[in-house]
Amino acid sequence: MIDAEALRYRWPGSREDCLAIDSLHIGAGRSVFLHGPSGSGKSTLLGLLAGVLLPREGRVRLLGQDWAALSGARRDAFRADHVGYIFQQFNLLPYLSVLDNVLLTCRFSALRRRRAEATAGSARASAEALLERVGLGAALWTRPASQLSVGQQQRVAAARALIGQPELVIADEPTSALDAALRDSFMALLLQQCRDAGSTLVFVSHDERLAAQFDETLALAQVNRAALPQAA
Amino acid sequence: MKAILGIALRSAWSRRGTLVLVLLSVALSTVLLLGVERLRSEVRDSFSQSVSGTDLIVGARGGALQLLLYAVFRVGGATNNVRIDSLEAVAKHRAVAWMVPLSLGDSHRGFPVLATTPGYFEHFRYGDRQPLQLAQGRPFSGDLPGLYEVVLGAEVADRLGYRLGDPLTLSHGGGEMPGAEHADKPFHVVGILQRTGTPVDRSLHISLQAMEAIHLDWVAGVPLPGQKISAEQARAADLTPTQVTAALIGLKNRAAVFAVQRAVADYEGEALMAVLPGVALDELWDVVGAGERALLAMSALVAVVSLAGLVAVVLAGLNERRRELAVLRAVGAAPRHVLLMLAAEGAGITLLGVLFGVAVLAVAIAALAPWLQSAYGISLTLSAPSAAQWGLLGAVLAAGFMASLVPGWRAYRLSLADGLSPRS
Repeated sequence: MIDAEALRYRWPGSREDCLAIDSLHIGAGRSVFLHGPSGSGKSTLLGLLAGVLLPREGRVRLLGQDWAALSGARRDAFRADHVGYIFQQFNLLPYLSVLDNVLLTCRFSALRRRRAEATAGSARASAEALLERVGLGAALWTRPASQLSVGQQQRVAAARALIGQPELVIADEPTSALDAALRDSFMALLLQQCRDAGSTLVFVSHDERLAAQFDETLALAQVNRAALPQAA
Repeated sequence: MKAILGIALRSAWSRRGTLVLVLLSVALSTVLLLGVERLRSEVRDSFSQSVSGTDLIVGARGGALQLLLYAVFRVGGATNNVRIDSLEAVAKHRAVAWMVPLSLGDSHRGFPVLATTPGYFEHFRYGDRQPLQLAQGRPFSGDLPGLYEVVLGAEVADRLGYRLGDPLTLSHGGGEMPGAEHADKPFHVVGILQRTGTPVDRSLHISLQAMEAIHLDWVAGVPLPGQKISAEQARAADLTPTQVTAALIGLKNRAAVFAVQRAVADYEGEALMAVLPGVALDELWDVVGAGERALLAMSALVAVVSLAGLVAVVLAGLNERRRELAVLRAVGAAPRHVLLMLAAEGAGITLLGVLFGVAVLAVAIAALAPWLQSAYGISLTLSAPSAAQWGLLGAVLAAGFMASLVPGWRAYRLSLADGLSPRS
């Protein structure tokens, strides 16, 4: 599913690598908890996995496809087809309705739209079903996304990441803006939906208490050699 | 492609408050730019339309432009008079078809009085060689019984509410001296001309003999003290004019125009000059051209400023929109989509602004045309944009589109650099 080898990445203008991973393998359908303190390169790794960033050295393969082998436009299309992404917050376009936010994915990916149509008859029906499943009733669907609470917005983001059954769902600290009760219900929901869709879930958080619910746990500080204190 | 444009539209709509202001400033600069160009070409047209079919204007030697402005447009300073026998001598040139003397100087409530011969109504042409037409009545007769007859231009009749048979008196000079009235010799209206859109509309036409008659008891611009010649007594006097302001000349064959011009210049009895109206108009455009260009340049600057405002507003909003761009990137939008989105926003606002400006201008022309016509004699009509105006519109649109690429490019760079996590 995800194969990364001999990864080296540094931000433009930086003199030192911020990420150096020798090997990283994540199997299909697995849920992986990736944790590490701030600055350990979590967001950078996610950028590399999603093909938004390209490594300076080494390669990242998603579904056997090397990101670096694709042109910029093809990378964007490949990501739209196979990756769902959930941010920490501000996931939604405030000027679109809840339903349109979920359908955004299908606008950019014909593959995801076809899959959504295949599951529920139409992309819209699929989005509605997903919203139902994340606990957002029909009354909210036509509301502008800006009127929703933070917890509701994260659920919409989850529905958007999941529509059209992407092979990979990446969640970048999606619960850090939520309180404990909301966090737990969101976690349960996300894990369940990913399992149902057969999607691999890469979940990033600095909150290690969440780790127990995942198939695998990955401590970035141990994997990333660049994050080690520069002793020598 | 369609997806991103739809999103761009919704995004712009959510920020409509600011964008409407930008749109208005683009519209305003369009109005200015087009309005100035429109006014410029209309003024030129109405000047060029004012005299046609006249091959030469003969007057006292002096400035060609001054003669044209005074004799045809009734503006500017009076030129020296010429003797009528000199003009009659010129008219004997074998190439000359007709000669119509003009005498100016008096006025009626601010409108100029033109003394001429009945031949004026026959020979004068305006616009596309159209003759003067009477809306009502007839031309003045030019004989003794019809001495105090006056024919009004359309504007004079409209503004002052005169009808056929109404009496009126003339003022000496421009009417600026109180009491300098030819009150003792009232005229009556015998004809009203159809509207022409030229200075003819603003003129009162009387015969040369009538001009002589009202000045019988005047010398050097003031009434002779103790001498009163009544209107009836004047009919008995010798009313043959001796001096006039200028004359319009038509030729049998235009090819002779330079020969006649030379003959007039060489006339020995008096220092005369013959002016080709078209050449004098060109001289006028040379004079006012610099002003026109300055005006157009100012309007162009206003357009540039408003487009700069557009760029500034879209750029300033960009930082707050980095989240929005990251979300779009996360759902699969490419940086080129982001570029397209921002560029489309700017180009769309420019387009709407230009369209709105054109509409505002059309409404303004419709609303202000009567006032412009009556106050300045400029006839503006609603019409499709001319080639020059299309050019200006195209230039604004092209500049707007180019300017929109600036925030588009910036957003493109930002979304490449930010990836999915905006770093602020």
